[in-house]
Amino acid sequence: MFKIIHKEELNKDTTGIIIEAGQIADKARAGQFVAVIVDENGERIPLTLADWDKDKGTITLIFQRVGFSTKKLGLLNEGDSVQHILGPLGHPTQVKKMGTVVCVGGGVGVAEVYPVSRAFKEAGNRVLGIIGSRTKELLILEDKMKTVCDELFVVTDDGSYGRKGFVTDALKELMGVIDKSSHNIYPELIYAIGPVVMMKAVAELTRPYGIKTIVSVNPIMVDATGMCGSCRCTVGGKTVFGCVDGPDFDGHQIDFNELTLRLRNFSEQEKSIGGQI
Amino acid sequence: MRISVRRQLPLERIKNFFEVSLGLSKEEAEKEAARCLQCKNPPCVKGCPVGIDIPSFIKLIKENKPKEALAKIKEKNNLPAICGRVCPQEDQCEAMCVLNKKKIPINIGALERYAADYGQAQRHEPVLGKEKAGVKIAIVGSGPAGLTCAADLAKMGYEVTLFESLHLAGGVLMYGIPEFRLPKKIVQGEVDYIKTLGVKVAADTLIGNTYSIDDLFKSGFKAAFVATGAGLPQFLGIPGENLGRVYSANEFLTRVNLMKAYKFPEYVTPINIGKKIAVIGGGNVAFDCARVSLRLGRQVVLVYRRTENEMPARKEEIENAKEEGVPFKTLTQPVKILDDGKGFVKGLECIAMELGEPDASGRRRPVPVKDSNFVLDVDTVIVAIGQNSNPLLPKVTPEIKTNEDGTIPVDENFMTSMTGVFAGGDIITGADTVISAMGAGKKAALAIDKYIRDGS
Repeated sequence: MFKIIHKEELNKDTTGIIIEAGQIADKARAGQFVAVIVDENGERIPLTLADWDKDKGTITLIFQRVGFSTKKLGLLNEGDSVQHILGPLGHPTQVKKMGTVVCVGGGVGVAEVYPVSRAFKEAGNRVLGIIGSRTKELLILEDKMKTVCDELFVVTDDGSYGRKGFVTDALKELMGVIDKSSHNIYPELIYAIGPVVMMKAVAELTRPYGIKTIVSVNPIMVDATGMCGSCRCTVGGKTVFGCVDGPDFDGHQIDFNELTLRLRNFSEQEKSIGGQI
Repeated sequence: MRISVRRQLPLERIKNFFEVSLGLSKEEAEKEAARCLQCKNPPCVKGCPVGIDIPSFIKLIKENKPKEALAKIKEKNNLPAICGRVCPQEDQCEAMCVLNKKKIPINIGALERYAADYGQAQRHEPVLGKEKAGVKIAIVGSGPAGLTCAADLAKMGYEVTLFESLHLAGGVLMYGIPEFRLPKKIVQGEVDYIKTLGVKVAADTLIGNTYSIDDLFKSGFKAAFVATGAGLPQFLGIPGENLGRVYSANEFLTRVNLMKAYKFPEYVTPINIGKKIAVIGGGNVAFDCARVSLRLGRQVVLVYRRTENEMPARKEEIENAKEEGVPFKTLTQPVKILDDGKGFVKGLECIAMELGEPDASGRRRPVPVKDSNFVLDVDTVIVAIGQNSNPLLPKVTPEIKTNEDGTIPVDENFMTSMTGVFAGGDIITGADTVISAMGAGKKAALAIDKYIRDGS
């Protein structure tokens, strides 16, 4: 049992919880995730670590209440406990000093790009952040991102806050500025996490530039330790497991279309119980 | 006459997940036990990987002493309720039985199960107050090898912690073998028994990630036993394998057994299967998948590239599946899984095979028949062609060397290339039986004890 010691509604459909899990906090590194069973008879779902505190022995999970289990998780309050949490899982993001890194986060992905941005910053990189959401009300963690980015660009689809447009529009603009500049120094790495369509668009945008682009995937998992293969993805024509080979993969190599389809494998079943909460 | 165990009728049992075998009644068990010749130099014991004193426990059953019979078994075997159900006795103790010459060996498996089930009902074994040596041993993985090693070390007086990455202990006994062959209540009962020996179970803990092997040593463990098993699913490597409704046997069975998807939505884990399921493979796991499919109310066909004679599954399982009406499509090799245009399975393209020269395993190698491709009309595919060793722990622990196939090499004392770290079960042999993993767990426990007593 893992006790929730703090809960915060970040917006109408996104919740953040801080949970006591000292052994996970101790080992956690940017880019890793945990497997969660909310309550008895629950399913196992992967959630990316949004933050952790080794001293306090806590981890932070920020999630959109869209599926059955995330809705249930959202119903728990401070003092309640999450039944099971396993982690940290997956390879940590490969962080080293490389120069300029652009970190892109969309929707709830902003929560997940935050620790990665922080890690790149701490490693001595110049970090440019691009975050976005559909509308102002849904934008999360802008202040936190500001503390770890040298520059932060904010966009909303409807223009209600920051620049109007998608994160890719901001990225395109950034590349355009570099194209026209005299120095022509492009970022060494683009890191993107968010909806699959967003990550795909980012990867397509950077492909002609040949800039290394890493995306963090969140496919369906059961055990999340490499035993079931539910999370398999195709990367560079080879089948890999999101849980143990990822979750970070080369955005120019991964088959996003297959990932999108596989994320729908159980949507019918999910729909059939959606109304039961 | 050898007694056969009563079973649920095929047409009934395919509608439920209850245990197929109903076990022996008291009268049946005592009658079967009376057939035992009580050999002076019993060959059956030599056939048992853990060396149970078989004639003695059978004699106790005959004398209506199931509790004592169970205690006798437990001298050597900590998991009799499991072994009585899933051991391939026909290749082990029963194959060696003197009466097997007349094809009427004692039904040792059924008697073991009887002792376990009936002895257990009246079991009160106080293990408390035992002298603890205060030496901590870590067991990594709670499948048959880990459970056995943990129990034996605890009985010797060690302080044992059993680490399990899943939320429930039991390993393949929990996630892999279906309810109707091995009820989860039985597995839980055996795990609970091992806890009464003083073993601590730490679930939700992935050694390698949550704690490293070094962390274990730093926090006072004096030795570790790696029993992480063979859980890495193999795929065919054919086009269409990543379509929706294509499952590894592990995913299918884990969803149904461990996560209880057959009780969806009471249990939240879903399973998405169509009307007609093809299970690929000929081992016990393939048969488990096929028989689970039936119980989920689906049509199923078992696709195997050799003939029934070469199937590695237990004969009993093959017979059970036949009775239940599982059709076999043998000498058939899948070559492509067809897409319905929406990302799900529409059919399974196969090629007919014929048997050629024997291969390394001694079985005749199947070779494709030219231009014999055809399509099986199925909408779900389960790939049950085997599992490889779990690579996670050695990957993050470079001190533990591995073989090319991912197994961990050990010396004659079950020690890996890392001092104080032992390994046993499927992680050293590749996928094998429950009982051979238990045998390894037992021997490793002795080796670990020796290592500790010799002053490490």
